[in-house]
Amino acid sequence: MSLDNKKVKEIAHLARLNIEDSDIEQATAELNNILSLMDKLGEIDTGDAEPMAHPLKMSQRLREDKVLEDDLSEEFQAIAPKTGKGHFLVPTVIE
Amino acid sequence: MHNLTVAKIIKGLKNKDFSSFELTQHYLDRIKNSDLNAFISITEDEALSQAKEADKKITKGDSSILTGMPYAHKDIFCTKGVKTSAGSKMLDSFISPYDATVTKKLNNENMVMLGKTNMDEFAMGSSNENSYFGPVQNPWDINKVPGGSSGGSAAAVAARLSPFATGTDTGGSIRQPASLCGITGLKPTYGRISRYGMIAYASSLDQAGPMTQTVEDAAIILNAMAGFDKHDSTSANKSVPDYTQCLENSINGLKIGLPKEYFSEGLDSGVEKIVMQSIKEYESMGAEIKEISLPNSVHAIPAYYIVAPCECSSNLSRFDGVRYGYRCKAPKDLNDLYLRSRSEGFGEEVKRRIMIGAYALSAGYYDAYYLKAQKVRQLISEDFKKAFNKVDVIMGPVSPTVAFDLGSVKDPVSMYLADIYTLSVNLAGLPGMSIPAGFSGNLPVGLQLIGNHWSEELLLNVAHQFQMRTDWHNNSPAEK
Repeated sequence: MSLDNKKVKEIAHLARLNIEDSDIEQATAELNNILSLMDKLGEIDTGDAEPMAHPLKMSQRLREDKVLEDDLSEEFQAIAPKTGKGHFLVPTVIE
Repeated sequence: MHNLTVAKIIKGLKNKDFSSFELTQHYLDRIKNSDLNAFISITEDEALSQAKEADKKITKGDSSILTGMPYAHKDIFCTKGVKTSAGSKMLDSFISPYDATVTKKLNNENMVMLGKTNMDEFAMGSSNENSYFGPVQNPWDINKVPGGSSGGSAAAVAARLSPFATGTDTGGSIRQPASLCGITGLKPTYGRISRYGMIAYASSLDQAGPMTQTVEDAAIILNAMAGFDKHDSTSANKSVPDYTQCLENSINGLKIGLPKEYFSEGLDSGVEKIVMQSIKEYESMGAEIKEISLPNSVHAIPAYYIVAPCECSSNLSRFDGVRYGYRCKAPKDLNDLYLRSRSEGFGEEVKRRIMIGAYALSAGYYDAYYLKAQKVRQLISEDFKKAFNKVDVIMGPVSPTVAFDLGSVKDPVSMYLADIYTLSVNLAGLPGMSIPAGFSGNLPVGLQLIGNHWSEELLLNVAHQFQMRTDWHNNSPAEK
């Protein structure tokens, strides 16, 4: 599966990454080079192998739904780029 | 003093041959005089006050064996109040508000953190050249890479800037730099050490471990790092044995498997020679050598380079410039904030892996890539299962070559191909080690040992017996 520049732009958008027009040729070539390695997967006969999501076949541990941690919101907001009144601030979305 | 192992420092502190403060000051001086770029942060003030505190505890008798032990912490572990960058511009200003469980465990023993070590950005790389803070030099030859991603940790231990260091291994990031720098590195079974507060790259593969001079030290430090953690839902609720107890067991009659796929084309002849010499050494200790086959190990590279980027593209979506980390200047709207914060904050290799992951997980491609890779992962794991019915441990090279020149591998695919011998272990969740086995030219070569799930005691025993018969682990690079 070979990617063209347009597809690479789409993937970049999905990943919220910006690729400058001047860099697109190189980015596409690099990704195609990597994908040609990955495409070898298609040649492997995996028969009825079960997809392996966890190396030890463990299931996700669940715990009771109750608050265990102290409220550290101030410490966590102190390192945020921009906050106000207990909120994380971003550029205005709705006028 | 800096050539002392962890085991010897324990004795020295107990016998009051030196104080933790003296020891800490000595290592800090060495770190400050080093040009290897092994550290991103040196935490001098904190270290000296931790050392004073430790000395008080030792005097009062209120101490553990590791109280006052200096160490270097990979900059992927969150450390409260100290910059935790993961080698990225994205987190250059991130002062962690909490401690990783590993950090907490080492703090609880009153150990002394000398600083945070350099690494490939978000642990993505095999040469330490992907760090925002610049490459690390290999102490054996400053024109060579130290390996990666735990390159700073490996270089620090090899150059005796710290008695031991922490590392993490997602596809070889403890074993490969340990091999290239001539130290001992252990990647435990997946789930043995908590991942809480360890900045995530690929969550189903990431595992922390010790990087030390000797196997005995690795056993001592694993004792301190291992154990169940309720904060990590993939941490195993399994008791932790005393890993130092089995080191002296005889390995007479041990069955060692050599996978023929690990000795095929691409393996440097100098590396092969050292590995085969080590196998001979084991034979002379009474071990039985068997050729085995791991037929699917040749598929480890495409399987890993799908699974890991997929998990990374998901994990790294949290870096959006909103809650912490880098935010671009004057974003014109929310999309611009996301786009520019991520594009300016991440380095090239990280962006490449995020893109591969985003593509492989996107609509219409999931079955062909991610699902297929998970099936191949199963086959790789089954190969090991079959092999461990016949042998006790598997041995082979860690890396196809010794340390290569800084800047010499420019093509990402060539860099990925060099991970061929380490990736399968992570895909199968097995424990693996690298121990110093000799030199090719002037550069160290590591021997890889792979064990079955939860066989760390046996692996450490087998590796320790080698170090009882050889002294490669006592070699250190010449000082300038």
